[in-house]
Amino acid sequence: MSRVRVLVGTRKGAFVLTSDGKRQRWEVSGPHFAGWEIYHVKGSPVDPNRLYASQTSGWFGQIIQRSDDGGKTWYQPGTPPGESTTAPDGSPKGESNKFVYDTSPETGKPLTTHQWYDGTQHPWEFKRVWHIEPSLSDPDVVFAGVEDAAIFRSTDGGTTWHELAGLRGHGTGPQWSPGAGGMGLHTILIDPTNHDRMFIAISAAGTFRTDDAGKTWKPINRGLRSQYIPDPVAEVGHCVHRIALNRSRPGVLFMQKHWDVMRSDDAGDTWHEISGDLPTDFGFPIEIHTHEPDTVYVVPIKSDSEHYPLDGKLRVYRSRVGGNEWEPLTKGLPQENCYVNVLRDATCVDSLDPCGIYFGTTGGQVYVSPNGGDSWEPIVRDLPAVLSVEVQTLP
Amino acid sequence: MIRVIVPYHLKVLANINGEVQLDVVDPATQRAVLDALEARYPMLCGTIRDQVTAKRRAFLRFYACEQDLSNDSPDAPLPAAVAEGKEPFLVVGAIAGG
Repeated sequence: MSRVRVLVGTRKGAFVLTSDGKRQRWEVSGPHFAGWEIYHVKGSPVDPNRLYASQTSGWFGQIIQRSDDGGKTWYQPGTPPGESTTAPDGSPKGESNKFVYDTSPETGKPLTTHQWYDGTQHPWEFKRVWHIEPSLSDPDVVFAGVEDAAIFRSTDGGTTWHELAGLRGHGTGPQWSPGAGGMGLHTILIDPTNHDRMFIAISAAGTFRTDDAGKTWKPINRGLRSQYIPDPVAEVGHCVHRIALNRSRPGVLFMQKHWDVMRSDDAGDTWHEISGDLPTDFGFPIEIHTHEPDTVYVVPIKSDSEHYPLDGKLRVYRSRVGGNEWEPLTKGLPQENCYVNVLRDATCVDSLDPCGIYFGTTGGQVYVSPNGGDSWEPIVRDLPAVLSVEVQTLP
Repeated sequence: MIRVIVPYHLKVLANINGEVQLDVVDPATQRAVLDALEARYPMLCGTIRDQVTAKRRAFLRFYACEQDLSNDSPDAPLPAAVAEGKEPFLVVGAIAGG
């Protein structure tokens, strides 16, 4: 029988939750990296035992961790357990923590500034890795979305990282500005039918696409309307919270924007709103059913000023028709006095049938629905605030 | 021989028990001590000093001999008691507040 392994990043460490395919009984291991903020943990789809984790701290900076045994043991790439911690020439290793923005002449555009809160230009400063996206074809290739917004790639299993500078260099970089949570590149999607095509999203710049494996990028924000920026239909500046695609139909994208739930049927070239009858269209995550590409999930919260569910009722909303018509999913979820939030990287779906849906909350609960959202059960109730949830479906 | 004490989280990260003892060529400076520390424990690269600028991370402090050396030049000689191994060089995480 298939198994699932849920990788949970929290404010105070990582946790690994495992179950068989029934998804009823769970084993919990952790905290891994206790006391550190774990922004994201994700496994390679090629080698499920290869996991990458972003471990970060306001005091100590960024650490990249890697596991080659499904999360039992971890090490920093480049300094495996038992190996020398210095290179043959005596110089120290430790490059895996090094994210240096590309200012080389080869890029032609040494980028140094973006827009700051006061409208002035501000230097790009690396703060942390928000999102890790392993390649769909090679376990040693992995992408990292970072704050201040940029995308990095490693081709040696996370040992060294190099910026794909064409994103910041395409021309609108100086117009990007941080949102309240910082200027993070938080979403990386790889087209499963064409690995040279990737989509990324940045708060608060918008969504971008490459069709040449990251060399060049273009903004794909036409159709977005954001009243909180001077030009509501500007090319960039939109606070995109999350985008999602279904691997069977990668040209169709769904988006949870700051306000508004959106859809694109042309790989992001144009977007239209599908908020429809949602009680509020503010939220962070958006997810798509693995086997039903028109079944979409969002977790609406009250507003940009009040990041908690409407009326204290935690409700996932599901559309079975690709948007506009939404139904609340409440069975098993608290329907009174609930004031948690679900962050942008804290939902995921497995590939079992029926499809399992997972989400974690800022209150430390991780919920699973083993039946596509019809009912929910908490896997754990009292973890630290959950930052990210990923699931691996294992043989 | 220089004695260095790092915060709890860095001890866990580098699997350090107790204090670290480092051989550092004269003159013993912050830079020389931290270079030696990172050479011994490369997993600490970037955790105390920025990887690019080599500046002290904002929420860490350097203490020794009941003095705050955080804003001293990284190339200034450390107190003699530190250089002689009588007193440790302390890397301290700033209090979070709240």
